[in-house]
Amino acid sequence: MNIPKTFLGYKRENGRTGTRNYVIILPVDDISNACAEAIANNIKGSIAIPHAYGRLQFGKDLELFFRTIIGTGKNPNVAAVIVVGIEPKWTKKVVDEIAKTGKPVEGFSIEGTGDITTTMKASKKTQEFVQWASEKQREECPLSDLWISVKCGESDTTSGLASNPTVGNLMDKLEPLGVHLCFGETSEITGAEIVCSTRAKDEKAKKKFLDTWNNYNNFILDNKTDDLSESQPTAGNIAGGLTTIEEKAFGNLQKIGKKVKYIDVLEPGEEPTKGAGLYFMDTSSAAAECVTLQAAGGFNIHLFPTGQGNIIGNPIEPVIKLTANPKTAKLMSEHIDLDVSKILKREMNLDQAGDALIETTLKVANGRLTCAEALGHKEFVITKLYRSA
Amino acid sequence: MSKTDIIIHDEKDNVGVIVVDKVNNGQECECWIMENNKSIKIQAIKEIPLGHKIALKNLSDGDTILKYGHDIGKVVKLINKGDHVHVHNVKTKKW
Repeated sequence: MNIPKTFLGYKRENGRTGTRNYVIILPVDDISNACAEAIANNIKGSIAIPHAYGRLQFGKDLELFFRTIIGTGKNPNVAAVIVVGIEPKWTKKVVDEIAKTGKPVEGFSIEGTGDITTTMKASKKTQEFVQWASEKQREECPLSDLWISVKCGESDTTSGLASNPTVGNLMDKLEPLGVHLCFGETSEITGAEIVCSTRAKDEKAKKKFLDTWNNYNNFILDNKTDDLSESQPTAGNIAGGLTTIEEKAFGNLQKIGKKVKYIDVLEPGEEPTKGAGLYFMDTSSAAAECVTLQAAGGFNIHLFPTGQGNIIGNPIEPVIKLTANPKTAKLMSEHIDLDVSKILKREMNLDQAGDALIETTLKVANGRLTCAEALGHKEFVITKLYRSA
Repeated sequence: MSKTDIIIHDEKDNVGVIVVDKVNNGQECECWIMENNKSIKIQAIKEIPLGHKIALKNLSDGDTILKYGHDIGKVVKLINKGDHVHVHNVKTKKW
């Protein structure tokens, strides 16, 4: 296949490119969700991103919280941001960090003002942002402006046989073209951690990966009450034929293809800074948590292979689903952007499937809505490391 | 090309994956080994559904299950060639 050299994206002030053009209302904390939703309800074309946290967090957990919220606002799929928080100080902290991208952002704090007045003031600003953003046009951008994250879910054995290797085939083809790529799911590498460590580009990245995996595995060993059956693998994984975490891990790892090596290991939600190429991000394997962190890291389009039929979406990063399970493709067709089940019948090979996925990815990058977007899936889930103070 | 019932990732593997709706007890199944493009046959001794694994040889308690050419767990109950391999007879070595 002749891979197109460009796609149509939204150019941002800081040089990044968006595949979407959202104006978001971003609450700093759980109790500001109602106000954020009221603003989004007033102003058409804006979306609120409610979540459950942001109060009394401390230490590394608070750092991760801020990284996630600020990263979401900085993501190039977002044109402009309204930040709403109960207190002025943390609201300003989020605003100031997002403002570094050069995009329009304004903060409103509720304490001493109340929901209704805050909603009124913020709605006026949101209207201004939405009308400004609606003038933005898609422009021809180099393929290397794509930052593609990957994560699989409700996997089964067809994931490891076909849909994950299809993503891997895309990675092998797009990595040489200067695209940023990201995989994660630290816990779901368990059993394949040594093989995964050999895919690091250098000793430094290898050590960083193994330290990261060991930390996560020790946390699981310290907190587990049984063999984790039905948590990892999930009941859905088991129904689909996956027996152990090791089997799931080797299937999972098919997503990074045969040739690509990762150049660095990222903290959860951390933005990569070492240029184009593949990154490993330390994440949970829960779908919404993982995609939320990858979007916070600045990734602007997501590939999600599924076996039994995970239905996840994200409010700002389009999530493209593919499956090789013929039953899922048939029974849950409204969730599947690309059906590669012909691989199992040997009527399609991986090279053809990888090409088909590149085509689908570019269509979505150019603006085609994913199934998850059409169905309204906007799962935004913050990873929390421990109890609040 | 005859219809493929089972795909095996790697020549070293001692299990294969059912890729048709199901295989029946006693069915002579066509297997394709992805790694080297070879074909073999195996007789199923249980009904096994899509996505589930079949044993390619007799396996004893403590044996290692190999898939993708790698260790994916240990046998905890005797498995006969052609039998269904899953959570009832294989466990993780990790957790």
